Amino acid sequence: MANPETDEANRTTGHEWDGIRELNKPLPRWWLYVFYATIVWAIGYWLLMPAWPLVTSYTKGLLGHSQRQSVAVELDAAKAAQAEFRGKIAASELETIVADPELLHFSLAGGEAAFGDNCAPCHGRGAQGGFGYPNLRDDSWLWGDGSLAAIHQTIEHGIRADDPKTRTNQMPAFGRTGTLSEPQIGDVGEYVLSLSGRADDQAAADRGAKIFAATCTPCHGADGKGKQTLGAPNLTDELWLYAGDKATVMETIRNGRGGVMPAWGQRLDPETIKELAIYVHSLGGGR
Amino acid sequence: MLITEMETGQSAERGPSRSNRSEPVSKMPDASPSEAKSTDNDSLYAKHVKIYPKRAHGRFRTIKWIVMAVTLGIYYLVPWLRWDRGPYLPDQAVLIDFPSRRFFFFFLEIWPQEFYYITGLLVLAALALFLVTSVAGRVWCGYTCPQTVWTDLMIAVERVWQGDRNARLRLDKVPWSAESIMRKGATHLSWLLIAIATGGAWVFYFADAPTLARQLVMFEAPVAAYVFLGIFTATTYVLGGIAREQVCIYMCPWPRIQGAMFDRDSLLISYRDWRGEPRGPHKARQSWEGRGDCIDCHQCIAVCPTGVDIRKGPQLECIQCALCIDACDEIMDKVDRPRGLIAYDTVRNLEAGGGETVPIGFLRPRVLLYATAMVIVSAVMLTALLLRPDIEVSILHDRNPLYVKLSDGGIRNGYTIKLLNKLYEPHSFHVVIAGLPGATLTVVGQEHEPQPAVAVPPDELQSLRAYVTLDKKAVAALPGDAADFSLVVTDAATSNHAEHKLTFRGPER
Repeated sequence: MANPETDEANRTTGHEWDGIRELNKPLPRWWLYVFYATIVWAIGYWLLMPAWPLVTSYTKGLLGHSQRQSVAVELDAAKAAQAEFRGKIAASELETIVADPELLHFSLAGGEAAFGDNCAPCHGRGAQGGFGYPNLRDDSWLWGDGSLAAIHQTIEHGIRADDPKTRTNQMPAFGRTGTLSEPQIGDVGEYVLSLSGRADDQAAADRGAKIFAATCTPCHGADGKGKQTLGAPNLTDELWLYAGDKATVMETIRNGRGGVMPAWGQRLDPETIKELAIYVHSLGGGR
Repeated sequence: MLITEMETGQSAERGPSRSNRSEPVSKMPDASPSEAKSTDNDSLYAKHVKIYPKRAHGRFRTIKWIVMAVTLGIYYLVPWLRWDRGPYLPDQAVLIDFPSRRFFFFFLEIWPQEFYYITGLLVLAALALFLVTSVAGRVWCGYTCPQTVWTDLMIAVERVWQGDRNARLRLDKVPWSAESIMRKGATHLSWLLIAIATGGAWVFYFADAPTLARQLVMFEAPVAAYVFLGIFTATTYVLGGIAREQVCIYMCPWPRIQGAMFDRDSLLISYRDWRGEPRGPHKARQSWEGRGDCIDCHQCIAVCPTGVDIRKGPQLECIQCALCIDACDEIMDKVDRPRGLIAYDTVRNLEAGGGETVPIGFLRPRVLLYATAMVIVSAVMLTALLLRPDIEVSILHDRNPLYVKLSDGGIRNGYTIKLLNKLYEPHSFHVVIAGLPGATLTVVGQEHEPQPAVAVPPDELQSLRAYVTLDKKAVAALPGDAADFSLVVTDAATSNHAEHKLTFRGPER
C-alpha cells in the first residue's frame, strides 16, 4: 500500500503547521504553459477586440468588432429574408393572403408583433380593449361589418383622425349644448337601458322613448340598433364601449363622446397594415 | 528524483516514475526516503516524462483489441446505417437533426420536449458507471473510455512506424536522421489521418452522411461542418496522440470521483505483495524458498500506458487497463511460477495475505443500491417509452383575455390547440366538444364546418385556434363562473382518440 507520507512521490514542501505537513505534488509544466498561453491569448484579445473602457469611449480593437453592428447586420438579414413574403403581401389582396396558409401564417406572426408594438397601449395586449377602447375580440363592430376590408380601412385611416379618408362622426353633447335638460337626459338614459332590457323605471323610459325618436334615431335608428356605416353603436346589445350603467350612459348623452384612433397609414408601411388587419380579423370577431 | 533512481539502480530500464521533479535536490546522503524533505528550491512544476508503453500479449490485451474494434466500429460506421422511415423523413438510422429539431435513433424519434429520454439515458449511464466501478474498479477507464481507446490506437500506429518500446526509446535518443524523420513523420501523418476520420465521423451524426461526405470532399459543406471537423481532428490528434495519459492524470475529474466508489470488496488490479515480496532478481535453477515471486523485471511498468508501478498499490494514475496482468503472467510462465501475481483482487483478499481467499461479495449495499436504481430508472424509461403516444394533443386556454363577452350576452373562450403527429405519414383529425351543454365549437378557418377536420403533415406539429361559445342562457345555467369540459381529438383514419380536459370561464359572479 502506498503511504502518502513516506512515498517518495509525495514530497513535502518543508512547510509544517501544527504537525500538518504540506505535500508537494508538482503540477505538470505543460499546464503552466497553458496558463501562459491564456495570458498571450488575453493580450491578443485586447488588441483585436473591444476591451478597455476609457473615459468617454473604449478601445475599439483592430478587428473593429461591434455587437451593435452585428445586430444591425442580423436585422438586415432578417428583413431580407422577409422580403419575399412582404413582397407577396404587398402585391396581394387581403382575401388572397388569407387563403394562402404560408402567407397567412407570416401575416399573423407579423401582425401580432406589430399589434404589441402599436395597438396594445389602448386595446390591451390581448386586444380585449377597455373603457372607451373597443374590444377587438367580440362579435360587435362600431364601424364596418368586421370584414377584412373594413378592419383594414379603420387601421389605415383611423377614426376621427387627421386623415382625409378617416371614419368620423359625432356623438353630440346634448346636455352641454342645452338641447336636452338634465331630467330629459335621465329619461333618454332610462330608455337606452330598456333597449337591452335593463330599465328600472318604465314611465321614465316611455318618456325617453319620445325624445329618442326625435333626437337619436337619425344615427342610432328607430330600433336603436345603430348603423355601422355611420359608426353609430348598437344600443340594444350587451356590449358597451363605455360602461353600461345609467350614470355613464347619461354622461355620454350629456357631454358626447369622440374617441380617436390614429390613422396608421401615416405611420406604418402598407404590408404591416395588411398584416394587422389579418391579425385583428383572426381574433374572433372577423366576418 | 535521485532517491528513486538510487533505490532501484535501474534508471535506464525502468519506466519513468510519476515522481519526477525537474530539479534534483541537493544531496542528502543520510536522509532515508521516508524522511526525505525537499528544499525551498524544489520546483512546483514537473517536466513531462514521455512514456513508451511496451506491447503486451495475453488475455486482457486480446479483450482490449476486441473492445477497441467494437467501439471504434460503432463510432465510425453507425452514421452510415440506413433505416427506412418512409418518403417524408430522413433514412439515416442515427441522426441528430438540428434544423428540424429531431433526434432519430433507429425505431425511435425524439422531439425536443422529450429530451427527458436522453436525461434518463445519461442517468442510466452514470449509474452503470457507478455499478461497474464499485464491482470491478475503473473498467470504464481501462477498456472503453474514448481517451483510452484512441490512445491505444495511436500507440498501435506508433508501434507500426517506430517499433516497440526499446526501438522508440532508441529513436528518441539518436540524433535526427532521415530515417527518424521519416518514421516520426509517418507516425504523425497517420495520427492526423485517424484524427480527421474521427472528426469526420462526428459531423456525420448531424447530417445525412453520404450527402455530407460528398459535400466535404467538394468543399461545399456548411462552415459549421468544417469547424467541428477541425475541432475534433485537433482534439483527437492532441489528446489521443500527444497528451495521452496526461489527460487521465491531470484533466479528467473521474479518477478523483471514483475513489469514493471503491471499497474493500471491489475487484481492483492489484499486486499481491504477500506473494511477490521480498522481490529481487532470480537466476535460473535458484531456489524460490524464502523469497517472493516478483523477480523485479519491471515488465509491469514497461507495458503500463500511464507509467505507474502497480506494485506500489492503488494509485490515481492507474487506469486499470490490466495490461500489467498480461505482462506479469507472461513472466510467471517463463519462470515457472503460478500466474496471478498481479490480478484483479479485492483489498480484503490482499489483507488476508493469501491465507484464506474471501469470496467476492457482490451483494454489498452499494452494489445493490446502484443495481436497484438502474432497474427503477430502466423500468420508468421503458414504461414511458411504451406508453409514448404517437399523436399528442396539447391545448392552451387563452389567458388574456380569459373570456370575451358577445353582443347577445353569450361568452366565448379561446383555445390554442397543438396537434403533434409523430407518425411517418400525414394524419387528419376531428375535434369535437364534450361535456358542455349548449356550447358550440368553431375552428378558425373552418367556421362553417360542423365537424372541423385538421390535417397534420407527417412528423409535424399543427397549431390551430378554436373558440367555444355559450349563449346567454347556457351561461346563466353554468354552475359557477367556470365549468369543466373536454375536447376530443379523433384520428380520422384509425379513430384513435385523445380526450383533453379543459375549463370554460365566464365573468365572476
